Amino acid sequence: MTTQQLIGFFLLEEPNVQMVVAGTLLLCGMAALVGCFTFLRKRSLVGDAVSHSVLPGICLAFLLSGEKNPLILLLGALATGLLSLILMEALSRNRLTRPDTAISLMLSFFFGLGILLLTYIQHQGNASQAGLDKFIFGKAASITEADVQLFLISGIIITAAVIVLLRGFYLISFDEDYARVTGFPIKLLRLALSVLTVWTVAIGIQAVGVVLMAALLITPALAARFWTHSIGKMLIIAAIFGMISGYTGSFVSYLAPAMPTGPWIVVVATIIAVFSMLLAPDRGLYARFKIRSRNREKTLLENILKLFYQIGEKSNHLQGTILEEDLLNHRAFATEELQSGLKKLTQQGLLEHSLLDYRLTNKGLAEAQRVVRLHRLWELYLQRYLHLEPDHVHDDAEAMEHVITPEIEAQLELILGNPETDPHNTIIPPRA
Amino acid sequence: MIVNVQDPSLEAHNLTVIYHRKPVLWNIDFSLPKGEIIGIMGPNGAGKSTLLKAILGLAPLNSGHSRIFGKPLNEVRKKVSYIPQRQTIDWDFPASVTDVVLMGRYPSLGLFKRITKKDREIAQQALEQVNMTEYANRQISQLSGGQQQRVFLARALAQQADLYLLDEPFVGVDASTEAAIVQLLRNMKNEGKTIVVVHHDLHTAADYFNWLVLINASLIASGPTEKVFTDELLRNTYSGKLTVLSQVGDVMREQNFPVREK
Repeated sequence: MTTQQLIGFFLLEEPNVQMVVAGTLLLCGMAALVGCFTFLRKRSLVGDAVSHSVLPGICLAFLLSGEKNPLILLLGALATGLLSLILMEALSRNRLTRPDTAISLMLSFFFGLGILLLTYIQHQGNASQAGLDKFIFGKAASITEADVQLFLISGIIITAAVIVLLRGFYLISFDEDYARVTGFPIKLLRLALSVLTVWTVAIGIQAVGVVLMAALLITPALAARFWTHSIGKMLIIAAIFGMISGYTGSFVSYLAPAMPTGPWIVVVATIIAVFSMLLAPDRGLYARFKIRSRNREKTLLENILKLFYQIGEKSNHLQGTILEEDLLNHRAFATEELQSGLKKLTQQGLLEHSLLDYRLTNKGLAEAQRVVRLHRLWELYLQRYLHLEPDHVHDDAEAMEHVITPEIEAQLELILGNPETDPHNTIIPPRA
Repeated sequence: MIVNVQDPSLEAHNLTVIYHRKPVLWNIDFSLPKGEIIGIMGPNGAGKSTLLKAILGLAPLNSGHSRIFGKPLNEVRKKVSYIPQRQTIDWDFPASVTDVVLMGRYPSLGLFKRITKKDREIAQQALEQVNMTEYANRQISQLSGGQQQRVFLARALAQQADLYLLDEPFVGVDASTEAAIVQLLRNMKNEGKTIVVVHHDLHTAADYFNWLVLINASLIASGPTEKVFTDELLRNTYSGKLTVLSQVGDVMREQNFPVREK
């Protein structure tokens, strides 16, 4: 692979590359768009079953017409895809099978039928059948100009339909009963969504094949959901993720011609989804981890301050100097944790550090007093209102004292009426 | 004790629903007044929610029909606001509080009309009425049960309907939200709205409702609370002596009998 070839790919110099890139971008984009609703309506598995069900339609269309005209094949795919969808819904609506059984049944039946027909066609000796088997695993490299024209028209129609019918699709995905009561044309909307889905699938299998098609629908939508709470943004992000996957997939298979495009598209899409799961703000794992570690740190710092106060209480000198060992003797801190906590408190100006020992600053004393006060108020509350014994209230209060907002604090004070002592008869320090 | 009214808000005629096994609704026939807060009560599995759904065309009717403001549902849909049980909804859906309340404007907007400034104002007022203004931009998955219920109520208010049908609005809701909702329903009543609430807590029934409908598969009573909320009628409703009827329903379903001979 020379640099020139690489540049050639990016500049889309070869007509073949142009077709493949344009084709995959279009079909991945529209699959992601339509797939958002498959995902939000929790129909991921239905999407998979429909994808498998278009195969016999393609074979039948070829058998009847005797040629591989993309439009005719598309019509065949639409026919069996929709039929499978209708059968799935009918089976579960009439309670003949459970929904999951219906999905599984139709997926395997239609896929099996497709393989049968495909085998029959291949043994017929018709030369023009070559390449029909690409619909099983997909073969983006064989996308032709006629295909791209069909993709483009489909893409425009599907995108326009999603934009025009967005409100209806959104409502039936969220609350179908409400939509029905208020007179929205539910059946029409569901049918429109089904047709769009099957249509997208019928197009998409050219690149990824029926086996992997569901991934093009679902994976970009799943990834996009992590980044936003708005449906409009979700649709745009999903389409972008889908197109990135499509572009990268065709790039990889250009670099290594032995590499299949479809599976690479799916792998890239999944990498994007995993990346989103890990790194997305709010919903991502890392964000959740950060919140947890922030909470842990807050708990640690408040516990250290509380200990300073308690030791000071005993010696009647709230801002007396205290050694690290004193702290360790009173409470089982991990030494390293305690040291890092002391360091942070010193940095925040809550503790004063001299050579060996620490003491509370005025600011630190106020904060320590607040924490102790909350702890003891909670103990009292738990004893009075949850009727817990005095020797049972400590652990609960220990956890609760760290999550109190000023509003809850005010409410606690109001309910308890500014008490002076807690269940252990220790003094509750006044508000600083 | 079945009191019928002139010029009813909602009337049911011979409603019968056999809704895959139980619950069964059997020949329900009543008429409800306008401008009252009406409670539909009965034991678990009595068919309370099914009754609402049957009236709204969400449950398949085996016989009978209902009319709202004297007309078939299809002609008055915009005047009717339905608040489904909160638990039936996936609250982890990409929507903000405002998005959900704006759905209350969809019936008058239809599929295509754009949301106007006026619609946004109405949605904002609805949020004010349920005390949720500060949550307007909050993602709905972050709401508590009580807040979710308030949002649903705001959506119904934004619809500016005349008849409100609420399915168990107080389930899983904190006490302060319950009190706020009751107060709001009273305000709505004072504006002439009719409110029908599926409810199961007998302790609060007499306090909340002016009119009570007692059902247990069939209609036991329908009338002003002071007449219907009696020991005898409540015992009839909650004693569960209608099991034979349910059994008949089961047998009919199993053997594929029609509910009515045609």
